[in-house]
Amino acid sequence: MNHQPSLTGIGASVRRTEDMRFIRGKGRYTDDIALAGQTYAYVLRSTHAHAAVRSIGTAAAKKAPGVLLVLTSADISTLGGLPCGWLIHNKDGSPMKEPKHPVLAEGKVRHVGDPVAVVVAETYAQARDAAELIDIDYTQIPAVVDMAKALNSPGIHEAAPNNVCFDWQLGDEAATNAAFSKAAHVTKLDLVNNRLAPNAIEPRCCIGDFNSATGEHTIYTSNQNPHVIRLLAGAFVLATPEHKIRVVAPDVGGGFGSKIYLYAEEIIVTVAAQKLGRPVKWNSDRSEAFLSDAQGRDHKTTAELALDKDGKFLGLRVNTLANMGAYLSTFSTAIPTYLHGTLLAGNYTTPAIYVNVKAVFTNTVPVDAYRGAGRPEATFLLERIIDLAAIETKRDPAELRRLNFIKPNQFPYQTPVALTYDTGNYDATLDMALKAADYKNFPARKTEAKKHGKLRGIGIATYIEACGIAPSNIMGALGARAGGYECGTIRVNPTGSVTVLTGSHSHGQGHETTFAQLVSDKLGIPFEQIEIVHGDTAKVPFGMGTYGSRSLAVGGSALVNAADKIIAKGKKIAAHMLEVSDQDLVFENGAFKVAGTDKQKTLGEVAFQAYVPHNFPLETLEPGLDETAYYDPKNFTYPAGCYICEVEIDPQTGVTKIVNFCAADDFGKIINPMIVEGQVQGGLAQGIGQALLEHCIYNEDGQLVTGSYMDYAMPRADDLPMYNVMLTDKPTPCTHNPLGVKGCGEAGAIGSPPAVINAVVNALSEYGITHIDMPATPQAVWRAIQNAKQ
Amino acid sequence: MYDFQYQRPATILDVQKALASSPEAMLLAGGQTLIPTLKMRLRKPSLLVDLSGLRAFNEIQAIGEKIAIGAMATHAAVAANPNLKKRLPALADLAAGIGDAQVRHRGTIGGSIANADPAADYPAAVVALNADIITDKRTIAADRFFKGLFETALEPGEIITNVHFKKPEVAAYIKFPNPASRFALVGVFVAKFKDGVRVAVTGAAPSVFRVPSWEEALSASFDPYVIDVDTVPTEGLNSDIHASSDYRAHLLGVLARRAVTACR
Repeated sequence: MNHQPSLTGIGASVRRTEDMRFIRGKGRYTDDIALAGQTYAYVLRSTHAHAAVRSIGTAAAKKAPGVLLVLTSADISTLGGLPCGWLIHNKDGSPMKEPKHPVLAEGKVRHVGDPVAVVVAETYAQARDAAELIDIDYTQIPAVVDMAKALNSPGIHEAAPNNVCFDWQLGDEAATNAAFSKAAHVTKLDLVNNRLAPNAIEPRCCIGDFNSATGEHTIYTSNQNPHVIRLLAGAFVLATPEHKIRVVAPDVGGGFGSKIYLYAEEIIVTVAAQKLGRPVKWNSDRSEAFLSDAQGRDHKTTAELALDKDGKFLGLRVNTLANMGAYLSTFSTAIPTYLHGTLLAGNYTTPAIYVNVKAVFTNTVPVDAYRGAGRPEATFLLERIIDLAAIETKRDPAELRRLNFIKPNQFPYQTPVALTYDTGNYDATLDMALKAADYKNFPARKTEAKKHGKLRGIGIATYIEACGIAPSNIMGALGARAGGYECGTIRVNPTGSVTVLTGSHSHGQGHETTFAQLVSDKLGIPFEQIEIVHGDTAKVPFGMGTYGSRSLAVGGSALVNAADKIIAKGKKIAAHMLEVSDQDLVFENGAFKVAGTDKQKTLGEVAFQAYVPHNFPLETLEPGLDETAYYDPKNFTYPAGCYICEVEIDPQTGVTKIVNFCAADDFGKIINPMIVEGQVQGGLAQGIGQALLEHCIYNEDGQLVTGSYMDYAMPRADDLPMYNVMLTDKPTPCTHNPLGVKGCGEAGAIGSPPAVINAVVNALSEYGITHIDMPATPQAVWRAIQNAKQ
Repeated sequence: MYDFQYQRPATILDVQKALASSPEAMLLAGGQTLIPTLKMRLRKPSLLVDLSGLRAFNEIQAIGEKIAIGAMATHAAVAANPNLKKRLPALADLAAGIGDAQVRHRGTIGGSIANADPAADYPAAVVALNADIITDKRTIAADRFFKGLFETALEPGEIITNVHFKKPEVAAYIKFPNPASRFALVGVFVAKFKDGVRVAVTGAAPSVFRVPSWEEALSASFDPYVIDVDTVPTEGLNSDIHASSDYRAHLLGVLARRAVTACR
């Protein structure tokens, strides 16, 4: 692109246009939508983790004031179950166990919060009052929440004896074993990746609306990928063709993965609206969100790292138990497998890697993608075992990493776990972070802290992420039941303004700004004249939505392709108008120019001719200036970076305070540095939350102990440091997408947990402590110290 | 929440009448516990009698050597009161550390004390400062007020109107916040009077309690290191996912020492 530098184009920290409506309370979330005649659904959920449902008495509820409809599974027996979007094969080649995930419990409940019945009434309060009159006869069955125990317990589902969903492997086991047999040193570590609740600020909400005249359903829902919901709901559950379903995901207040999935409530409101002939709204409260939003992480892993005498990694062996919860959520099975096992090479040249993952059903809320999705779990185990190996072999953790880095001249780099990294420079981000963190003077700070009775620790983590899951054909071969492309439409309006339709979905990421910058830059038109439209299947071509840090790399690339089509067509129109050959035209600063002359037509002038084609090559060209492109990536993108955390621990109380946090990231080309920094900061907050605070705890009976903010510790501003978020000075743009961008949404949540825990362990090293599980709460740290003292 | 009737009388007499009018009536002060409880449908009062109509009930004033705080004074009002900040800064500091800004502007001292949440901050101050709780019927000494988990000496229908704090020479309150709720996982209030030291602990047990051995040691020598950190037996202390009883017992000692150091 050849144009003047712009204050609103690529590389500019443009203020987020969407924030004006959000901070003034003008956002329009699903719960802000009130349709004429709207009714309200209350979902009655199981209070038991595991029980047979003998009977459900609904007679009293049906007679309660305001009640319009009561549903149990018997009333919706023609519906399919909620589908799982990724078929995993066991190591023996057989398919995974895929028990039905009913919309409403069919004879059995399998976790606290499992939907059993629905009451629809004129008001929410009436629906809730009536639900208390429903009489459910439960016979309790022993619950199992611990994965190891589940493997030796009767199946929660008949289809999955011993609760194994799948037993999957990746990598060359024999080569890995051989690497271990010649190792000079083997480091072994057992660790837990703690279960998290996603906690988007907007609880889930959906409205079903049925038009009996046309037979069309409209589903308004707080969701990250409306087309995927339409496809899954229509094809798998409702048996309704897609042209009769419109899904609208308006402003959505955060997702972090938890709003990717098709949930029972979206089906419930759709069916109820059709039965009643009136719109039906369901809105989750926070307590309900803890019991019904898919949760994240929950891995139990044994990792082993083999090193030679010089510290080079020879092999990595990983055995993981991954908790699926009670049912398979939409993308649950992909997370511990293709988004986890494939990342175990990290930034390193480890030549032999073998990973085995057993996915286990338990009587807990289903587990699925949560910001990072599999990649944080991989990064945590890798960066923890490397630190432990550094301790055991008395090496500096920074230098041990550097020794094993894939070097810039080794790209493209084929890992032993299926991925091919296109580009990277891991030394650059390591050096940048080490310098910013003043790593070399850490010992002096440690000594100074000691004088005040505090324990200082410093922790390094490098990470690599695979974003923009792709390409579709490979995904399909690996069991995905969806594609990995994205669509984009650029509609140049007759007077020159531009409407952009994207299949990506913004729920906090700032697409309305970033995508407008991109299109402004490509088409040379003012930022303010561009409108970004997303989140409505009736407006936008079939798109895959937003997850896995894919929007810019995949959705942005589709827009680049659409813009190129606009420019190509515009050239033909301008050539006609200027009576020159389109070969003689260049497009710059928003105008088609005859090279070497002052003759030109602006995009606006061309657009006007496109729609009022009085001077237009009608014989050879169709009117209009509206182009759609689909982009299917050739590969993942591979953002990478280095995070360094410095902590100070009060050994008397166990309190860990983060005193410094430096993040150096390589996201390739950057469109809006301010938004990128914001994304990294948010990710860091969640990663630090995981490392120090957050934990979903179930008791033995399967009751969620941490079912509210009284017990589930969300990070607050004063738990977090002032971050030093840096973008590398030696970026390595993605080599295979037209923007050179990589994605930044999850990095912070991926790289920070091991940096924090490495720092905590480093601070506790004088007690001989070599590991602590997340979250490293004050109590956990204090107890680790007490145990070490004994 | 379930439906209920609501009244906001302007006089204590009318409050008493309203309360007596219905067996399931409840008093509403700041509502920081009661309202969430209602929203979760854990209580079903027939009538809420809102005390916020009682005008004089939020005054904070010095009466001789005592400081009287009206039962309906919000935590924010206590935290910001200039007289209190000067004469009893430990209490103003405690109020400034309760909950968040929204809670502090709704929650009241009377509501907090009457509720007797084991993790509330005010009970530690009331006991350490040897306060008198004034009700519409009588005066109750702090040491006789808190009876157990959410249990006080208040009779059914008895209304706290005022709390009279005695001014110590120096005092301080240190709390260790629950990482999730920010309630006191444990909190220690130390107050040094002419005639001795009082140490009250909240958050650690079903109800606030004093630690006589520390009081004796500190009365003899007001020095943090006379506190033997691991004195308080773990038996009877609260134990939950955030802190086991032994961790709480240990924190108590650490906080007590820090409170003595922080006294002003």
